[in-house]
Parts: sequence; structure tokens; C-alpha cells
Amino acid sequence: MPGLPTVLSIISSFALFVLFLAFQGKPAFEAVSLVFEGAFGSSFAWESTLQRAAPLMLTALCVALPARAGLIIIGGEGALVLGGLAAATLPLWLSGLPPLATLIAMGLVAMLVGGFWIGLNGWLRQKRGLNETIGSLLLSYIAIALFNHLVEGPLRDPSSLNKPSTVGLDYSLMIGVISEDSFRVHWGLVAGIIACVMAWVLVRHSVKGFALDVVGGNVRTARMLGLPVDRLVILTCVLGGAAAGLAGMYEVSAVQGSANASLIVGYGISGILVSFAARHNPLAIIVCATLVGGIEASGSLLQRRLDLPDATTLILQGLLFTNLLAWEALVGRITGWRIALEEHANKVRSAEVQHG
Amino acid sequence: MSDCNRRNFLKLAGLIGVTAAMPFSTSRAADKPLVVGFVYVGARDDFGYNQAHAEAARIIRSMPNVKVIEEENVPETSAVQQAMEAMIRQDGAELIFATSFGYFDPHVLRVAQRYPDVRFAHCGGLWDESKHPKNVGSFFGYIDEGQYLNGVVAGHMSKTKRIGFIAAKPVAQVLRNINAFTLGARSVDPEITTTVIFTGDWSLPVREAEAANGLIDQGCDVLTCHVDGPKVIVETAERRGVMSCGYHASQAALAPNGYLTGAEWNWETPYRAHVEAAQKGQTMNNFLRGGLAEGFVKTSVYGANVSAAAREQADRIKASMIAGEFTLFKGPLNDNKGNVVLAAGESLGQTDVVLEQMNYLVEGVRGDI
Repeated sequence: MPGLPTVLSIISSFALFVLFLAFQGKPAFEAVSLVFEGAFGSSFAWESTLQRAAPLMLTALCVALPARAGLIIIGGEGALVLGGLAAATLPLWLSGLPPLATLIAMGLVAMLVGGFWIGLNGWLRQKRGLNETIGSLLLSYIAIALFNHLVEGPLRDPSSLNKPSTVGLDYSLMIGVISEDSFRVHWGLVAGIIACVMAWVLVRHSVKGFALDVVGGNVRTARMLGLPVDRLVILTCVLGGAAAGLAGMYEVSAVQGSANASLIVGYGISGILVSFAARHNPLAIIVCATLVGGIEASGSLLQRRLDLPDATTLILQGLLFTNLLAWEALVGRITGWRIALEEHANKVRSAEVQHG
Repeated sequence: MSDCNRRNFLKLAGLIGVTAAMPFSTSRAADKPLVVGFVYVGARDDFGYNQAHAEAARIIRSMPNVKVIEEENVPETSAVQQAMEAMIRQDGAELIFATSFGYFDPHVLRVAQRYPDVRFAHCGGLWDESKHPKNVGSFFGYIDEGQYLNGVVAGHMSKTKRIGFIAAKPVAQVLRNINAFTLGARSVDPEITTTVIFTGDWSLPVREAEAANGLIDQGCDVLTCHVDGPKVIVETAERRGVMSCGYHASQAALAPNGYLTGAEWNWETPYRAHVEAAQKGQTMNNFLRGGLAEGFVKTSVYGANVSAAAREQADRIKASMIAGEFTLFKGPLNDNKGNVVLAAGESLGQTDVVLEQMNYLVEGVRGDI
């Protein structure tokens, strides 16, 4: 029952959320119904939710893919901002190409830069023995500092007075929404879903994915089997970084129109939460990103209708993640007990049951 | 308030005349409240930029036939587009105040194009008639007047002749404030220098505290700033026993001993103008600017320790600013690299948009852009 902990955690965290609000003397049940209304209650709410979810799917992959090989990478923010910067500045050098070709080139260069940045983490870990979690965090700070330096210095558009930005993209290079009338979400959502499905095929239905599971499960076994461990680890990092870089490209070409400090708003950080909530399963990332996007979207309604502070939705998010981890552990424990009981009752079949 | 001069009376009389002359159908149905939305980039109680806006929004809330809805901590991404759209579609907002600079392009412009019947008033942007929609307007205040007065008071009070200025980013609006402050301080004593530290972003409390301590260690005995929330800086100054000048909102409560005065926004004035125009169905005022005279900015009440000489001079300059007789940026003026910015006899009026593109630090500022 892989979905059981998720369902239980949603129920229990909403129960705790109601209690928390009730203790504060706030209209708890009204708030909960507003959360659902604001997140999924109308087509507009869905648009708002999915728009917010789109970049999270890509940044979550930056955590999930290396995690299959046993790495905890938390520096997706850096890959996102550098990918976005590369995408925003590329058209300055590629002025002759038609818009579609330029856009494709922007996407590719964003993925290359993002892939390089996270790939660097994988390389440092495999070849230099550097802890990838600390390494990716620090490299992310360096990426943001580099980004700020370039945007406020050499790459700054002199006409961006109070908000330093790169030269704005031409209107023909702005990615529109999927449907102007019925579905106002930019194409980054489709890219996010496709990327998640492709990642799922890679990790679940390919030889490489199986090899990755072996590496993530036990590196010594993998080495003994003759698997190219270093190459596999760096590959996952490059792919994850490419996803985050692509998220940066969509932020630039579908939302901002240039690279500026508004790219650094924590999509990479939220991606960590989404990936862990999805237990690094690429398909579950789509669901979890939608859930987080929905909670963020509903915060808007909670503030306007009930005058609750912005932190309300953060509390709900926090409850959701701690509950998810708690139920995950608990359900695992219960399964363990059940197995032990069955073992006791049926000693003969014990060997098979342990693997179930 | 000394608003009852001849000029304002004439303006008001003209306005009433124009309103009366308009056909009655353009005015709103009196019983339906106007829904006004406010979007903030930070927390409403940040002792700074966002608080200044939220305090004015609270006043608007008490206006008759107005319903105010607010949303805080909205980043300058598609999130703000969603927030504004949600206000329009879920709550029926007809006027939206987008209070952060970065909301303007592309977010406000994009949403405004889709909802031509909703008014969008943006704080800080440069509305351009040739390319921006008519239902968008930008408003801003000449807060450098308040910064100049801060400088005058600080110039009187400083004993070490060194003043520290903690700034977010070297962008035009910030440079204008640093320069105005320095000009004010040096009008008292040309020996005074302002040491500036750029933290790199609008809200970095840890780095702001480090910068404050560093400046105090260097011998600065008055601190001021241009960051979103001056709380940490003013508190650090108070704890270390040095003086401070505030910004955005009043931080007097945080530093009862060392707070001298502060340059504060008075957003109530432009807010009220936009709300009243919307209620009466008048066309939108797309470009609204003002300083002390127009009531867009104000100064904090002087701290108890401010000397009589400082009060007297600052009050005198303030009066001449309100009377429109004071020119802040006038020649001869050099930048801190020795280049001439304004030759003797040249001057730039407060409304000159050249000032909104400032890219230098004046003589007397220690620091680089």
C-alpha cells in the first residue's frame, strides 16, 4: 500500500490544522473549506495551483534523480538561476535565428548549464570525496552570488533602473499559456509533466534505472558487479540539474521576460520538500507538486477572506510533511510487526514473507 | 497640516467643478462598496517598506463604502499575477494597489491588459503613455526630501563626523537617497562623510546587522539605511549606543534614546486619490508624484535628544521645501570620483525624471557603486 501513508498524513495534518486554528480562536472549518476552494474549487483555482506547481516538478526532479543513486542534492536553486540566466542572455548572441529555434536553443543551453552545475557536485563527490549535500548547498550560494554579480554588473540592461535585469526578451520569445480561454497555465507545466514521466521511465523501466537502484542500494555491490558507479552518479546529477535549469528557462521566457532577482524565490528549496514527500518517485512528484502548489494558491484566499497571515499555509505545509514522514515510519513499523506475527504463526513460509 | 493654501484651494475648486460637470451616469452606484486590493512583497509588520503601505491601507479601510482585501509575502513571480487575478475574479476587486517595484513589468502590465475595467495603481514604476495601458498608473513619493532632512539632523548630532549608510542595492532610487542624505549632512558641516555599505538585497537582516556593527566599529556615530526593514539596523545602533535615522516607517519605538528622526512614506495621500477617483468614476491619474508639500512623504517626530539647533534648521528647510522654494540637487555638484555632475548654476527640479535615473554617488560618500 504505497498510497496509505500519504492518505493518512493528509487526514491527520488537516485534523491538526483545524485544532491549531481553533486554539488560536480562528474560524477553523471555514479555513479548511477555503483551502480546498482556493486550491481546487474552480477552474481558476486549478490554473493557479498548476501554475505554481509547474516549476516545482522540475526542481523536485533535481533532488529525486540523484536520490535514486543515494545522493542528497539540495542545490537545485543554483542550477535554476544559472539556467535562467543562460537562457535569458543567449538571444543576445543568436539574433538571426527564428523564434522557435532560439527558444529550443535557450532550453538546451539552460539544461546544459544546470546539468553542468549539479554534475559538478556529482563529480566532486565521486572524484574528490566531497559530501554532496554540503557541496551542493555551497555551490548553490556561489551560483546565486555569480548570478547577482552578472545581472547587476556585466549583463545588466542599463535601462533597468531600480530592478537590475538582463536585457528583456523580444516579445516573440515569450512562451504563452496553453489555452488563452480555458486553461491559462504556461507550457512549463507540460514540460514538467513530460520530464517527470521520462524520469519515471528511466528509473523504473530501464536498465540504467535498475543499475541506479543497485548503486543507491549498495555501492559495494554495484562496484562488485562492475557497474560504472561514477558515471551513473554523475549522470543522475546532470539530468537532475538539467531539469532545474529548464525550470529557470521557463521562469525567464514564460513569466519574467528577463533574468533578475525574482528568479531567486526558493523554487529549488520547495523542490526538496516535494521530492521527499514523493519519496523520490517521479510520478508521485506530479501529485505532490500539485498539492504544494494548491496549498500556496489557497493561502491567497485565506489572507483575503479571513485576514489570516501568510504563515498559515506554511504551517499547513509543515504539518503535511512531518505527518507524511511520521506515517511513513509508522506504516513501515506496522508492516514490520505484521510480518513478524505471520512469521511466528507460519514459520515454514517465513523466508518468502520477509521479502513481501 | 498646512494644506489650506491658495493653490490647493484652487485645485480642489477646479476638481469639484469638473466632477459636477460630468454626466451623472459615470459615478458609481452609491450602495455598492468599492473592493480595493493591496498586494505586498513582504510582511505587513516589517517595521519598514511593507508596514508603511499596510498602515495606509488601514486608513483606506475606514473610508466609507470601501472594502479592503490584502495579501502579503507575494513574490515578484507569476504568483503576483495569480494574486491580482484572484482578487478580481474571486472577490470582485476594481482597484488594486501593487506595492512592490518589481510587480510592474511584466506582471501588472500583463494582468492589466486582460482586465481593462480594473484599475491598477503601482508604486514606483515609470508609467509611459506610449506603451502602457490606460488602466495602469504609477505613484511614488520624493522621499529624498526626508532623507535630506535626516542628513541635516544627523549632521548636527554627529560628533565623529562619520555617518554610516546601509543600502540594499546600488540602484537609482537608493543612490538618490544616499546622495540626498549626504548633501543634507554636509550642508551642516562639509567635513562630514557618509560611509556606505551595500548588502546586496532588500532584506538580509543578518548582513544588515553585520554592516551596522562594522560601521560602528569604524567610528560612525549615526546610522541610517535604505533596506526594506530597518528594524535590525536601528536596534543594533541603539544597543551599541549610537544614533540612528529611520526610513519607510517610524522606528522610534525601537530606539527611544538614539532615534533622531526618519523619512517616512505617507501613502495615504496617493491611495485616497486613487480610491476617490475610482468611486467617482473619474479617469485614472496615470502618473502621480509628490513630496512633503503634497503629503506623499512625512518625517518622524524628533527624538528627545535632538538639539534645538538641529530642530530649528531642519524645520526651516522643511518649510521652504513645502513652499516649493528649495532645490535639492543643484550645482556645483561633483561625484565622489571628482567628475562634475552639475556645473555651478545648473539645477534639477524635484520632478525631473533624470533624477530617477541617478547612477553616481556625490562627493563626501565613501563607497563605490
